[in-house]
Amino acid sequence: MLMPKPDAGTIARRDDIIRAMQEIIDDEGVIVDADELRAYDCDGLMAYKQIPLIVVLPKTTAEVSRVLKYCHENDVKIVPRGAGTGLSGGALPLADAVTIGLGKFNKIIETDYLNRCVVTQPGVTNLAITQAVQEEGFYYAPDPSSQIACSIGGNIAENSGGVHSLKYGLTTNNVLGVELVLMNGDVVRLGGKHLDSAGYDLLGVVTGSEGLLGVITEVTVRILRSPETARAILLGFETSELAGDCVAAVIGAGIIPGGMEMMDTFAIQAAEEFVHAGYPLDVEALLIIELDGPEVEVEYLIETVQKIASDIGAVHMKISQTEEERLIFWSGRKAAFPAVGRLSPDYICMDGTIPRGKLSEVLQKMAVMAKKYDLRVANVFHAGDGNLHPLILFDANNPGEFQRAENFGGDILKLCVAVGGVLTGEHGVGIEKRDLMGEMFTEDDMKQQQRLKCAFDPGHLLNPGKVYPTLHRCAELGRMHVHKGALKFPEIPRF
Amino acid sequence: MSEVIKPKTDAEVLEAVQWAGNEKKALEIKGRGSKSGLGRPMATDQTLDLSDLTGITDYQPGELFLSAKAGTPLSEITAALEKSNQQLMFEPPDYGPLMGGVAGTGTLGGLIGCNLAGSRRLKAGSARDNFLGFHAVSGRGEVFKSGGQVVKNVTGFDLSKLIAGSYGTLAVVTDATFKVLPRPEKTRTVLIQWSQDGIYDHGGVQAMTEALSSTNDVAGAAHVPAQIAARSQVDYINNSGSAITALRVEGPGPSVTYRCAALTKLLAKFGTVDELHSRNSAIFWKEISDVAYMADNPSSVLWRLSVPPTEGSRVSLRILEGHPGEVFYDWAGGLVWLLLQSSDRSLAARVRQCVDKVGGHATLVRGPDHLRTSVPVFHPLDKSLSEITKRTKQGFDPRGILNPGRMYEGV
Repeated sequence: MLMPKPDAGTIARRDDIIRAMQEIIDDEGVIVDADELRAYDCDGLMAYKQIPLIVVLPKTTAEVSRVLKYCHENDVKIVPRGAGTGLSGGALPLADAVTIGLGKFNKIIETDYLNRCVVTQPGVTNLAITQAVQEEGFYYAPDPSSQIACSIGGNIAENSGGVHSLKYGLTTNNVLGVELVLMNGDVVRLGGKHLDSAGYDLLGVVTGSEGLLGVITEVTVRILRSPETARAILLGFETSELAGDCVAAVIGAGIIPGGMEMMDTFAIQAAEEFVHAGYPLDVEALLIIELDGPEVEVEYLIETVQKIASDIGAVHMKISQTEEERLIFWSGRKAAFPAVGRLSPDYICMDGTIPRGKLSEVLQKMAVMAKKYDLRVANVFHAGDGNLHPLILFDANNPGEFQRAENFGGDILKLCVAVGGVLTGEHGVGIEKRDLMGEMFTEDDMKQQQRLKCAFDPGHLLNPGKVYPTLHRCAELGRMHVHKGALKFPEIPRF
Repeated sequence: MSEVIKPKTDAEVLEAVQWAGNEKKALEIKGRGSKSGLGRPMATDQTLDLSDLTGITDYQPGELFLSAKAGTPLSEITAALEKSNQQLMFEPPDYGPLMGGVAGTGTLGGLIGCNLAGSRRLKAGSARDNFLGFHAVSGRGEVFKSGGQVVKNVTGFDLSKLIAGSYGTLAVVTDATFKVLPRPEKTRTVLIQWSQDGIYDHGGVQAMTEALSSTNDVAGAAHVPAQIAARSQVDYINNSGSAITALRVEGPGPSVTYRCAALTKLLAKFGTVDELHSRNSAIFWKEISDVAYMADNPSSVLWRLSVPPTEGSRVSLRILEGHPGEVFYDWAGGLVWLLLQSSDRSLAARVRQCVDKVGGHATLVRGPDHLRTSVPVFHPLDKSLSEITKRTKQGFDPRGILNPGRMYEGV
C-alpha cells in the first residue's frame, strides 16, 4: 500500500508543532511519547500500521478549531480518529500528520423525546445512545456490529450500516445535524432538530466522507420508538440458491423484515462450534429473518414467511418462542467474525454489495477463486440489502499469504462491481479499497468528487492518501477544459 | 423568452452544455416546468428542456430499484411501480397547481432538483434518502456519475445527496436511480376532531407528538385548522367544521387494525376520534402533501418552514400575531405551510427571525416578483457556509451556466 511520501519539513518541525499544541490543549491531551503513540498506530484494519507524528485529544470545539487553524496556517496534515474501530484504514495515521482523537468528546448533551432526537458529542459510542434512551422505550436504529465500541462520530464519517439498515436505513438516514470544524478552523452547523437542511445538503455529503471534509464535534441523531416485540426465524436450505430465492420471495411478498441475514456452511459451522446457537450443520445456507412490530403484526408476518420458506423447500425451520431464544439465534451470527477467526491465525473481512439476485452466481465464482488462491473463505451476508462480508482466512507467517489474501479480496470486490454492485457497502474505502476505486469510477467521476473536497479543504490537509488513489491539486482540478469542436449544437432541435 | 434546446439523448445534453460553456450562455434547466416558480427569478439565455429525455431504463422489482431518464414524467414511473405493487416511499408531492400550473406534470429530474417529499417524510425520508445514484453532465461539460443501484453503498462521496435539492445549479442529471419498496397492504387514518371553537394548533402538535412517541409506527401526521379543513375533498373532513389532527397507519391488515385501535384509545382525551378508510385516506394525504389547500390563492405569500416538530405551532402563531394569514402542519409539526396576505418585506424578515430563534429554515415558495427579488428565497447562510456553497458551485459549474442565481446570488 503506497501512502503519500511523508513531508520531511513537517517532521523536522515536530517540536514546534508539539509546543503549539500544548498551548492549545493541556499536556495530557498531547501525546508525543513513542510508546504511547503506538496505541494509535492503526485502526480496525490492523494489517497496516504507522506511528503518527503526534496525537492530540482535545476536549472542546474551541480546541479543535484552534488545532485545525494552526495546522491550516502551518501546512500540517490532520488525521481524524473516532474510536479506531473502522475496518478500511480510514484512521490510519501518517508519519507527518497530527492524529486528532475525539475520545474525550464523550458526553450526551441532550435527550429530546418530544422531538425524538439525541444531541451528543461525537466520541459517545453507538450503543450508549440507545442505552441512554431505552428506559423511555426509544433506541437509535443503525447498529453496526462494533456498536459497543464504535463512536457515533465515526459512524457518521463512515455512514455505518448494520443488521437493521434494510428496514431502518443507514446512518445517513438517521442523522439530523452536526457541528463541524472546517480545516481553516471555522465552526459550522449543518442541520439540527428539523428534518431537512437549508441550501446544498452538506450534511448528506459529510456523512460517509471518511474524515476528508471536516472534524465533527457534535451530532444530532433521530431516535425511534422501540418496536413492541421482535421474533426471529431460523431457516436452513440445501443450496444457497434456494436461500436466495427465499429472500427474493419474502421481499416479493411485500415484507421488509427488521433483519435478514445469511451464512454459508463454513460460517455456520464455525459459529455453531463457538457459541452453540443450535444452527443446523447439514445445510449450505442459513437464513435468520427477524420481524418486529406489534405482536399481532409479527405473528401475521411469521406465518407468511413460514409458508414462503416451506414452499421453497427449507429443510430446517425454527421460530424463536422467547426473547432469550431470539438472542441465541443471533448470537452465532454476531459472533461469526471471531468464530471464524478462531479457525485461522489471521483473516481479512471484505465488504461489497451486490444485487440480491446475483448471490448464488457470486458465491459460486468465489468458490472457484478460493481454489485458485488456495485459501479458505467464509461468508456472512446482509441478505436483505445485498451486502456481502466474505472472511478470507490466511496465515501471515507464511510468506506471500497475506498478499494472496489481499489479491483474493480484490478479485471478490471486482466481481461485486462486475455484477452490478459496489466496492463497499458499509466499511468505507479508506486505504483498503482506495486503489480499486477505478473499478467503479472513471477518472472524471473521481475528479468531480475531489472538487467537492477542494470546496472544504483546498490544501488537501485532511486525511490525505485515503479514499482517492490519485491526489490532484485543487488548482489543477479547478482548471477548465475547453471543449473544442463540440459545436454540433445546431443539430439539436430548437422550438 | 429564451430559446429552447430540447435534447433527446445524453450526447445531446452534453453537447448543449459544452456549447453553452464555450459561448458563455446561461441555461435554465427545466423538466416540464411544474416547479419553475420555485427559487429566485433568473436571467438566462437559453432553456435546456429535458422533457424529451424520457423512459424507464431499468426496473427490477426484486432488487427494489428503478432507473429512469431525468425527463421521465412521475406519472409514468408511478404507473410502472403500481403494476408491481411498489412505490417511491417518500411520496413525491405534485406542486403543479400550488405553483399556478396544472396537476400531473412533474418529472423525475425536477423531483431531484427540489428534493421534495410528502407526508411520509417523517418515516421514509425525502427524495435524497431514496436517491441511490445518477449520471450527469457538470457545468464543466463533463459526464460523471455517483452512487449505484444498490442501497448499501459507501464508495466515495455521496454526491446524490449534494445533487438532490441543488435546483439544477451544479449539474444536469440525465439518469437517476431510486430505491423503491412494496406498497403497504392496508392504510387507515385516525382523525381527531377538535371541539367547535378556538385555535387548536398547539394541541394538534401535542397530539401528533404523543402519537409519534407511541409504538404505533405512524406514517403521516398532519394538523389542519377548521377553515382549511373546509377545503378538503373528503366530505367527512369538510363537513366537520372543526380543526382536524390526522395520523396515518399503514401495513399488514391485522396490524393496522390493532394500531388504529391503540391510537384511538391514546388520543381520545383530545377530542372525537374517528377513522378514514383507504380511499379517503389517499385523497386526504395527497391534499396535504401537494399543499392543495393553498393552491387557490395565487396572490398571497406562501412560506414553507422546516423547524423542530414541537416548535411548529409556536413559530407560526408568533408570526401570525397581528397579520392575516393561515397555516397548517405536516411532519408532526416539523413542516409548516404558512400563507400570509401581506407581501410586506418586513413581515418576511419577521418570518426568518422567528425561525432562527428555534432552529430550522424558511423558504419563500410563492409571492409577487417584487418580494421574490428583494428577499432571499432560500434561508440565508452564514458566512462560512456561504463560502463553501460558492466553492462547491465553482467546482461543478465554474462558469456559472447552470441555473445561475436560482438558489443564492452568485451560485
